[in-house]
Amino acid sequence: MPDARSALDGASEAGFVKVEEMGLQGMITLRGDLAAEELQAAATAATGVDMPDRTGIRTARDGGNALAWMAPDELLVMVPYAEAEERLAQIQAALEGRHVLAVNVSDARALFRLSGGPQVREVVAKLCPVDMAPAAFGPGMFRRTRLAQVPAAFHMPDADSMVIVCFRSVAHYVYKLLCDAAATDSEVRYHV
Amino acid sequence: MLMLTCPNCGVTGEESEFAPGGEAHLKRHGPGSSDEEFHAYLFAKENPRGVHFERWRHANGCGKWFHAARCTATLEVFGTYSAQTTEPPKDIKDKISAKRPGWSWREVE
Repeated sequence: MPDARSALDGASEAGFVKVEEMGLQGMITLRGDLAAEELQAAATAATGVDMPDRTGIRTARDGGNALAWMAPDELLVMVPYAEAEERLAQIQAALEGRHVLAVNVSDARALFRLSGGPQVREVVAKLCPVDMAPAAFGPGMFRRTRLAQVPAAFHMPDADSMVIVCFRSVAHYVYKLLCDAAATDSEVRYHV
Repeated sequence: MLMLTCPNCGVTGEESEFAPGGEAHLKRHGPGSSDEEFHAYLFAKENPRGVHFERWRHANGCGKWFHAARCTATLEVFGTYSAQTTEPPKDIKDKISAKRPGWSWREVE
């Protein structure tokens, strides 16, 4: 089997912030009762991070592992791409017999990173109907929303960068949108 | 602009993040009901100028359904509440009464 490739093979473009496609990321959708101790333990065991709060994300120090709150009954488990199947089996074994659903969705998604300063907020604010003021959105929060015409989610690993998750099928559209919104000299300077 | 707060995830978003689901608290008339009841269930919808109850789905967010009480004339949202209810809860009705004294909607008041 040929090697797995990410949607845009790491394409990048520099505007007033840098837009880059992040490459392969292992992702497991875990659905079930998020309040159940077994489910929390399984998610924590697979990633090494604690359960996030509602609409939050917890990221491991090295950045490869994370747990993101997607919905009242849905968790996004982020793991290194090469380990996704192994971690999935681990979760499924831990929750056998429980009313849960765990699926490897790594190849169904695309990730983008915006970096280069607090202006990354401006790029997202141009595309999403979300209050991007520093007081309203910051690191540790995970927001699912609409990015122009497609569903997407984003979070800030730190105050100067942004990670955007979308479906792989719309990766090229999202990349073009982000590049356009980040075009040189197009800062709005509303939030920053 | 219509701003809704999803009671399932707590996110306050703009209308385009949500999908409208029509009138709330409809009683389904299916097999065994009269033609009049079935016709009313399908077609006789409220279209008020003022207080209205609707179903919404957080389509581009957590994906869950919920109910919203709002004013169709001003887009003021009186409150949002769980989809798992058959009538508006008392606290929502009290909020509406405080702002729109004498309001009524179908048999709710």
